[in-house]
Amino acid sequence: MAEIQLEGLAKRFGNVTAVHDMDLTIADGEFVVFVGPSGCGKSTTLRMMAGLEDISSGTLHLAGEPVNHKDPKQRNIAMVFQNYAIYPHVTVRKNIGFGLYTSKLSSAEKTARINETAEMLGLEDLLDRRPAALSGGQRQRVAIGRAMVRNPAAFLFDEPLSNLDAQLRAQMRIEIKKLHQRLGTTIVYVTHDQVEAMTMADRIVVMRDGKVLQIGRPIDLYEHPADVFTARFIGSPSMNMIEGNMRDGLIRHDNADLPIELDRKIGHAGRVLLGVRPHDLHVTDGSPRVSGERGLHLHGTVSTVEPLGAETLVHLDLAEGSVIATAPGRTLPAIGEKLSVHAAPESLYVFDAESEKAL
Amino acid sequence: MATATDTLVDAPRSSSSERTMRDVRPGRVIAWTLLFLGGVLMVMPIVLMLSTSLKTSDQIYDLRIIPASPTLANYVSVLTSSEFIRWFVNSTVVAVISTASNVFFGGLVGYTLAKFDFRGRYIVFLAILSTLMIPTEMLVVPWYLMASQFGWLDSYWGIMFPGMMEAFGVFLMKQFFETVPDDFLEAARVDGMNEFTIWWRVAMPLVTPAISAMAIFTFLGNWTAFFWPLIVTTSQDLYTLPVGLSSFAVRQTVQWEMIMTGASLATLPTLVVFLLLQRYIVRGVMLAGLKG
Ligand SMILES: Nc1ncnc2c1ncn2[C@@H]1O[C@H](COP(=O)(O)OP(=O)(O)OP(=O)(O)O)[C@@H](O)[C@H]1O
Ligand SMILES: [Mg+2]
Repeated sequence: MAEIQLEGLAKRFGNVTAVHDMDLTIADGEFVVFVGPSGCGKSTTLRMMAGLEDISSGTLHLAGEPVNHKDPKQRNIAMVFQNYAIYPHVTVRKNIGFGLYTSKLSSAEKTARINETAEMLGLEDLLDRRPAALSGGQRQRVAIGRAMVRNPAAFLFDEPLSNLDAQLRAQMRIEIKKLHQRLGTTIVYVTHDQVEAMTMADRIVVMRDGKVLQIGRPIDLYEHPADVFTARFIGSPSMNMIEGNMRDGLIRHDNADLPIELDRKIGHAGRVLLGVRPHDLHVTDGSPRVSGERGLHLHGTVSTVEPLGAETLVHLDLAEGSVIATAPGRTLPAIGEKLSVHAAPESLYVFDAESEKAL
Repeated sequence: MATATDTLVDAPRSSSSERTMRDVRPGRVIAWTLLFLGGVLMVMPIVLMLSTSLKTSDQIYDLRIIPASPTLANYVSVLTSSEFIRWFVNSTVVAVISTASNVFFGGLVGYTLAKFDFRGRYIVFLAILSTLMIPTEMLVVPWYLMASQFGWLDSYWGIMFPGMMEAFGVFLMKQFFETVPDDFLEAARVDGMNEFTIWWRVAMPLVTPAISAMAIFTFLGNWTAFFWPLIVTTSQDLYTLPVGLSSFAVRQTVQWEMIMTGASLATLPTLVVFLLLQRYIVRGVMLAGLKG
């Protein structure tokens, strides 16, 4: 059990800075998820925590103690890798046992710990198999078992589920979440998958180009994204972005007949990006009653229809660009049909087109 | 054979299969013949060797494959009246120690070159590789001078020292270690193993195919080495098998039947080593395929 504290943590590879002064405090028992585009420094940050990468500057505290110069083994942190990294030449039992390599337990205690771990992960019957005879999900469980068996202060996961198929991923996601609830150990988890981030995290750290863009609870990030990247990353399907021009608190753009009035005052003038989530953009009947409402009105041609059962996603081609809107489940617009869509003013997000920051 | 009931689709297909049979047959015959001749060419010396070892000395120019009156007398005489067993032991000691040493040092150096980033790594690698370009003949004199300076002449160490670590092994191991994902090593590091243990317990088992291949090459190379052991040894006690066998030829008459008997016996261990390690090569390749 341990709090992890990053103070101005930075990593430079020659003259490439992979991680810029990063400040973050991860509370004991917290589940923190790092997300961000490829190459933004997620793995590098994780590896600095694990002790696999030297820290260029800043301080890393584990349970209040600076550990910059400690070896991985002295940090008592466990890590699970994307390609599992379980050893093909030994059995599942031995693989899990490798996690106790430095432990001073007696061999009877070790055996008990291995069995207990295997039981928790549903691996009891596979202990004498080799990894080659396991499925992807089972291999990943062995990797988690090896990390769990020694009761580490924290777990680090680097995209642990990205090699699994969608169904297994959903299942393992729940298992890891349950494991966290059961063990209460601090977890730092890297992923590309926004569903994983949203469903598992206590807090999400959004990174880009080695910098932290935003930190917050999943719902905070969903409701108050600080910039375009976060807005588009969190939530599925991604938030629609429409270019426009803002003046006197009104937004004009090529696709809407009237300037859009927001529900709040923004004293910004210039190019903006107007964001609206597909779930807030509803297909309307185009009646005068609806078109009289405030908010965003768009008209376009249906290009794709994705019926999901409970709702239907409608892709619309606009005069400029395209958007995704939702219609009730039984509504199936024809391709090529002209449709109107509407979003209420309170569901609109506005970002500066230059800096991509929320306004 | 196309019959009147064949459909239009079937007809051309059956005629084309007739054509392939007609066209390819001669090619196949030639290929099989060549392969057969090649096989005979490869096997003949071994057959002759075995057959000669079963003949008496006055029969050896009688080129029948099955000897008129096969006898094991040569085997008895090689094993009892010469120092064959001693030479066999010498060869075994030299080959086993050299193989172990090559696997150990080749593995260690290859791993270091593949997995650690340090200044001058590439230059070190090139320097090691460049030794491959120096022919043994050029090295024999310096080796000899070195051995005589240090008093290593006529000793096991004298026979073995030039081959305790070879550039080819380092190269082979380095190439294989480069295919081992770093995650394996880092997982071990996080688990708290020290670097040597990681190499020995994690990295080496992951490259069993390379180790097997290298062990076979090194063992066979040392088992059949003739030139250097001949130069560095003077007492019969220290002869390796090839040197010992050649001594059957330098007496008044060449004792072909003895040489062939000795050679037949000498091939046994190479056969055993190959059969043993071949299994590991196959298994290693399978493991590598399922990694992940
Ligand atoms: N050993 C290294 N030497 C030089 N540059 C490196 C090294 N390791 C990482 N980098 C660079 O540091 C940056 C961050 O890499 P990192 O692996 O942390 O990205 P990531 O966020 O994990 O990406 P991904 O999602 O693709 O795994 C990248 O630009 C990468 O090229
Ligand atoms: Mg990464």
